[in-house]
Amino acid sequence: MYIMKPEIDKEKCDGCGLCVGVCLENGIMIVDKTVVAIAEVECDWCGICEAVCPNDAIRCPFQIIFA
Amino acid sequence: MKSKSELVATSVFFAGLKSAELEPIIKLVFEKRFEREEILFFEGEATESLLFLASGVVKIFKTSPDGKEQILSIAHPEETLNEVPLFNGGLNTTSAQAMMQVVVYMINKRDIEMIMRQYPLVASNVIHILAKRTRQLVSLVEELSFKRVNGRLAGILLENAVRDGESGAKLTQRDMAAMAGTAREVISRSLKAMEDDGIIGFDKHRLIIRDREALKKMSQTFS
Repeated sequence: MYIMKPEIDKEKCDGCGLCVGVCLENGIMIVDKTVVAIAEVECDWCGICEAVCPNDAIRCPFQIIFA
Repeated sequence: MKSKSELVATSVFFAGLKSAELEPIIKLVFEKRFEREEILFFEGEATESLLFLASGVVKIFKTSPDGKEQILSIAHPEETLNEVPLFNGGLNTTSAQAMMQVVVYMINKRDIEMIMRQYPLVASNVIHILAKRTRQLVSLVEELSFKRVNGRLAGILLENAVRDGESGAKLTQRDMAAMAGTAREVISRSLKAMEDDGIIGFDKHRLIIRDREALKKMSQTFS
């Protein structure tokens, strides 16, 4: 099964790690000074990582659909 | 993470003081650690010390009488968390909760008052800081009272929904905020209200429009 992960802009990410600390699923880690989302973890798309990022480098975009 | 002396030396509170003047101030600073989800302070409690966030992020929020949480802001390192109640002499106007492991540096209220009497420059810095806070709050009042965010957001959701096999634009809450000309926190609250009313729903990365007519009505009434 394909698991959706937050989008990370490596150019904008300065590796501050705030998103790593706030992720309730422990789904984000820092590799080579840049944040990466872990594929094995099922992301709840809560958007906390996006909210705390000072550089707008991590995004949880929504696909808007009709029921 | 900045050390106590680095934080004091670079804080706007103490801007303009010489390093010899900063030395005794640094000695008054003490450190406290909080684990994720731990409460730093509660709304309604007395404020005993000024909190400088040294590392981590903190959620500043209010709780409504029916228990709903409203996030007012997310504080980042080097911000102070409670200067308004501290100088107002009153009780905490908000609560604060650690969103990850957090370190704060604190100075007791009586020490800050003593520093301000000794160095009028610090008092002048405090006026600047409080004036900035007032400006931020005036902007928030404007957002909440004059702008029809719900109506604009309803329009944005309808315009960007996937239809007839076309893939609509994928939008983050930040994107929606930029499009509606408001803050991410305001969008977050509007989406939550729409979800509570059963107009929209969430399934992870999908935002599902459950009541298209209600959204249409909102976009026409409030835009």
